[in-house]
Amino acid sequence: MNAPVSIVGAGLSTFGRQPDKSGRDLALDAIHAALDDAGLTWPDVQVAFGGSDGSGLADTLVADLGLTGIPFTNVKNGCATGGSALMSAVNAIRSGAAEIALAVGFDKHPRGAFDPRPEDWGLPTAYGEAGLMVTTQFFAIKIARYLREHGISERTLALVAEKAYRNGALNPNAWRREPISADDIAAADMVNDPLTRFMFCSPGEGGAAIVLASEAVAARLGRGVRVLGAATRTRRFGSFEVFSPSIQGSGSPSSVSADAAAAAFAAAGVGPDEVDVAQLQDTESGAEIMHLAECGFCKDGEQEAMVAAGDTEIGGRLPVNTDGGCIANGEPIGASGLRQVHEIVTQLRGEAGDRQVAGARTGFTHVYGAPGISACTVLAV
Amino acid sequence: MGRSLTGSRCLHCGTVAFPAARGCQRCGLRSVEPVELGSRGTVWGHTVQRFAPKSPPYVVPEGGFVPFAVGYVELPEGVKVEAVLDCADFGELDGAEVTLVATEPVPRFATDEALTRSGVTA
Repeated sequence: MNAPVSIVGAGLSTFGRQPDKSGRDLALDAIHAALDDAGLTWPDVQVAFGGSDGSGLADTLVADLGLTGIPFTNVKNGCATGGSALMSAVNAIRSGAAEIALAVGFDKHPRGAFDPRPEDWGLPTAYGEAGLMVTTQFFAIKIARYLREHGISERTLALVAEKAYRNGALNPNAWRREPISADDIAAADMVNDPLTRFMFCSPGEGGAAIVLASEAVAARLGRGVRVLGAATRTRRFGSFEVFSPSIQGSGSPSSVSADAAAAAFAAAGVGPDEVDVAQLQDTESGAEIMHLAECGFCKDGEQEAMVAAGDTEIGGRLPVNTDGGCIANGEPIGASGLRQVHEIVTQLRGEAGDRQVAGARTGFTHVYGAPGISACTVLAV
Repeated sequence: MGRSLTGSRCLHCGTVAFPAARGCQRCGLRSVEPVELGSRGTVWGHTVQRFAPKSPPYVVPEGGFVPFAVGYVELPEGVKVEAVLDCADFGELDGAEVTLVATEPVPRFATDEALTRSGVTA
């Protein structure tokens, strides 16, 4: 049931604007990079899972990969698309259905904010006409309340974004590679109080692919990173999500991220205190702050001191979003979850170059997205 | 004023939903009845929309876009409703008592200061 599964290959496309490439091109770039990394070729892959939010169906990629006849399942799970694909690949290997599996996620979003339709979210069209179909409002309302409840300053929001751009500058594949000072981030145009323009990630472009294998294959290939635990969850009663016309129940909202993280840690048999490097969903800098607590890395309110002390910096006690996260890499919805896994694999192998976390042995990834979904992994060497 | 929002209440566990739901999010049963929600509540959380949202779908008001507050109002029935928030000053919204002033196109609540001001200028 819980047969060991390892990641034997990880690949990314270039992230950021690439006018000459389609979303499918980015997926193919990522898959080829992951296969090369593993020392495998497409005919070695026995089962595949993947998807995008708005750039087409993953199973059509076989036209360019090779028609080998394998099962290839499309996944469409919002920001958790990559995480759900990875979970399915892990389960395929655990079940004995395959020894080598592929997970892929990709997207190529147009410039500007996402353009959701109220009717697709079960809301009257009036919500759009009134100006409430704006994703950034949700993040701002959530972090504004969190800052007040737990005595965290708005300065900490700017410091988290500053770290993202600083880490992005160390990552040759990042979209945003120019450091921006916390002062400039804080002084930028306000989008939704307390979040300024430079605190948000932007819809972007990219592909990410992960090759997973059974213990026997991983031993043959070498360089395997073990999947100690992986879990995906949907929201439970009382949660607060983007485009919620109401929040039901009393007390503090429930957290799907907390549920997914706890399940991944329980499956792994390790705790948050044993993690050396983490990737946390940073749709905006406040999300990274809240997800530190929701995933179990600190108590509510401790983030102010953690960030001030540099705990989440490369070289700190718990480096977070060492590749610059969504803020520096952009948000191609289908790709982000597997980009996070790619970064942890790179860190645990000691191949992260200028942004390497010294001696990292155990890592964690967390994605969160609408309409209340989360996927987490615990990885180790 | 008699103005109110219509939600639903689960006949099994009493959970209140807005808008009216076809099933209960807490217990998963389908037996719900309509319920009128109170017209006065407390601002649970809020932000300010500083830029005009993308049009369409956003309909720019006559006279042009001005920043507006949006948030969640906690009602006595035990549900927090998303709403546009009228205020005299964005700084007065945190934890403010607010009154329902419109149900269409989306719920809209106003602070006492905003009600006073509109009464004065009306």
